[in-house]
Amino acid sequence: MKKNSKFANLYLVIIFLLMYLPIGVVIVFSFNEAKLPVRFTGFSLKWYQELMGDSAMLQALVNSLILGAASCLVSAVIGTFGAVGLSRLHLKSKGILEYISILPLMIPEIILGMVLMAFFYMLNLPFGMLTLLIGHTVFCVPYILMEVKARLVGMDPSLEEAARDLGASSMRAFFDITLPLIMPAVVSGSLLAFAMSMDDVVISIFINGPKLSTLPIKVYTQIKTGVTPEINALCTIMLAFTVIMLLLYSLIRSIRRKKNR
Amino acid sequence: MKQFKRLIIPYFIWAVVILLIPLFLIALYAVTKEGNEVLTVTFTWGNFAKFLEATYLNVILKSFWLGLLTTVICLVLGYPLAYMISKFPEKIQSMLILLVTIPMWINMLLRTYAWMNLLSDNGIINHLLSMIGLGPVSMMYTDFSVMIGLVCNFMPFMIIPIHTSLTKMDKSLIEAAYDLGANKIQTFWKVIWKLSLPGVVNGIMMVFLLAISSFVIPKLLGGGQYMLIGNLIESQFISVGDWNFGSAISLILAVIILIFMGLMKRMDKQDE
Amino acid sequence: MNKLIQLKNLTKNFDDQQVLRGINLDIYENEFLTLLGPSGCGKTTTLRIIAGFEEPSGGEVLFDGIEISKLPPYKREVNTVFQKYALFPHLNVAENIAFGLNLKKVEKSVIDQKVGKMLKMVGLEGFEKRDVTLLSGGQQQRVAIARALVNEPKVLLLDEPLGALDAKIRKQMQIELKKIQQEVGITFIYVTHDQEEALSMSDTVVVMNNGEIQQIGSPTDIYNEPENRFVAGFIGESNIIEGIMIHDYLVEFDGFQFECVDKGFEDNEEIEVVLRPEDLDIVEPQDAKITGVVKNITFKGVHYEILVETENRIYKVQTTDYAEAGREVGLKFGPEDIHVMYRMGAY
Repeated sequence: MKKNSKFANLYLVIIFLLMYLPIGVVIVFSFNEAKLPVRFTGFSLKWYQELMGDSAMLQALVNSLILGAASCLVSAVIGTFGAVGLSRLHLKSKGILEYISILPLMIPEIILGMVLMAFFYMLNLPFGMLTLLIGHTVFCVPYILMEVKARLVGMDPSLEEAARDLGASSMRAFFDITLPLIMPAVVSGSLLAFAMSMDDVVISIFINGPKLSTLPIKVYTQIKTGVTPEINALCTIMLAFTVIMLLLYSLIRSIRRKKNR
Repeated sequence: MKQFKRLIIPYFIWAVVILLIPLFLIALYAVTKEGNEVLTVTFTWGNFAKFLEATYLNVILKSFWLGLLTTVICLVLGYPLAYMISKFPEKIQSMLILLVTIPMWINMLLRTYAWMNLLSDNGIINHLLSMIGLGPVSMMYTDFSVMIGLVCNFMPFMIIPIHTSLTKMDKSLIEAAYDLGANKIQTFWKVIWKLSLPGVVNGIMMVFLLAISSFVIPKLLGGGQYMLIGNLIESQFISVGDWNFGSAISLILAVIILIFMGLMKRMDKQDE
Repeated sequence: MNKLIQLKNLTKNFDDQQVLRGINLDIYENEFLTLLGPSGCGKTTTLRIIAGFEEPSGGEVLFDGIEISKLPPYKREVNTVFQKYALFPHLNVAENIAFGLNLKKVEKSVIDQKVGKMLKMVGLEGFEKRDVTLLSGGQQQRVAIARALVNEPKVLLLDEPLGALDAKIRKQMQIELKKIQQEVGITFIYVTHDQEEALSMSDTVVVMNNGEIQQIGSPTDIYNEPENRFVAGFIGESNIIEGIMIHDYLVEFDGFQFECVDKGFEDNEEIEVVLRPEDLDIVEPQDAKITGVVKNITFKGVHYEILVETENRIYKVQTTDYAEAGREVGLKFGPEDIHVMYRMGAY
């Protein structure tokens, strides 16, 4: 294959700049001394310090962490069991059941948020942590289910047969062979789901209730008022968090791949 | 292995209670009058009729237009990028693709906010412009700023599927085309483009779905008064409180998306 | 020898498709039995029914005289070597081999000793702690065999175990498998579509096609006395000629009568004759009944393959003699080279 021309490389650089430059600006100005983010006047951590002193912001962070962990735990159970159950079904309805699992990813988030809001209202559920938790499973379950399902599809079905052939009951075969083999997928799927939950604005806005605020919602309400260095700092922290999650995720995947070779 | 089938039960309950019943509920809201109790349901087409008022019709047309424009720009900018990436050696390729993927992981709020930093009246671009004696140019809260936000946010969703279909392509097909006497341009249009169409269709569907239903980006970059379908739904549910009308709008949005996807799927099949 | 496994009128349907159409087979102790046939002939299904992964739709599976077709796999005294080995990727070599023993709660020291013995037998001493995913195909194969045999089954089932190996290692493993079978002294049931593999290792070959058994016999029987056109065509190359059995020891085809060694057919029965290409000799025309013209000659390494066009057909001959194309020759063969078989409608 022919190599790209110089023009092509320039094009690549421009597009990547468009994608990354704005974020870079946010990071740089979060360390800026001056309030107006137009000229870098000197390095400072004062916006981070201010952030640390903002108890409402910290509370929102704690809320987000609890919510993320809880919804990803619940979703891991539903999603993993669901994927295993689906793989054992040989019905015509299997197709429909699988389709339902990706439905939340096909429906616009805003519709999901609104649908859940109306539903919880009708059930008279008080808006708060519980509604958020249920709401977040809507997009967490599909991610975990898909990861585990992909893993199960890639697994040689004779592995479980071999276990049974060697004297394992189907229960033992599942716990000794299948579960350890799908575990990396469960973990990486949960990680994905956790990151999604930590990031969600659209669905949360509809179902969070008046008193409870998650970190993204807090950021959203603050951004609406305009650009401030505190938000730059907050965004940088969130960015760092995302990068850490991403690294963890790819680490797990690469370990898995090495094992599979 | 029969007993493991039962593991599906929690998933099944979750799917029915958390997904299907609420979706059905919205359809019910859309065709009933406001202020219904569970037992006294009055059906009406009024919620849809209301939609034909000029203000609302304009919102939907604008959303559709912006969604389409975003999709086209993403395709025009994204296809060459995906193509160029696919020509690099494998190691560099996977690194570049990682670079494309990372923004998908970064919070959408953050990515949108980053543009506010640049575009606002006293932002960096205007600051630079004033240094050479120009401006200030008002870029925030316009169609332009919204478009930038949409395109930059959703571009990866176009690039990734196209790149995947380009790399999946059997390279010997391209060589065969050259061998059979096709020149570069012919090879591209008759072989490469055709074979990458499934990826293109996937990309178009994803970007369009995201763009037409977006509401955070227009709200932040377009300002509080900027109305796309997403913003309309939100305001009906959260500030106005007309859930029936809000439900009707979402149904219409869903129908638009379904029709669009159906069309794209058909195109995809015809080309195969 | 005792009958260890008896299959009685075994049938199996998948949805509307009938994959087994009444299999009757006796398998003896200490026998190396091969199920041979093209893909889709039902050989693997038969094996899976014996292993317990499939339930037959009809018929019986007797093990030591006891019906077992409803018994789950882990309660059967058989173990399987899977086609792609099915080694557990998250366990090392020793853990894989010890899997069955651990389930039986065998004492740790006994397990270690048995695992060591097995590894020695399959020539993988010192491999205990290795990662199974990093072994070569041949090594994985050996681990799979050790993992099955360590449970001391009465029968070892092998589902095309050499299919994924390259030709050279394949040959080596064939010899080794036969050696292992003689060493442990249990029944091996081996499934393959490779006729050479079947002929070189087995005590008994069962040729299957289309869900039915075509012939059961020793490798020499199967090769020399194929019972029908399918077996003759599937095993080795052959010239198959329609003819008439005049009476015992006399057969007529291509307009001539030949002495043969076959009997037991009805007089004047329509039959088919198999002539193996390597049994035919090229001679001067006057020395043979059937004559023809050399159409084509190809050098095949050890021998020449010569196509001789006669009045009625084209014969394939494999011989070390050279005969140039266009030459008129005779085809010579002895009575023992003529294999008479029943005529089949369908094939």
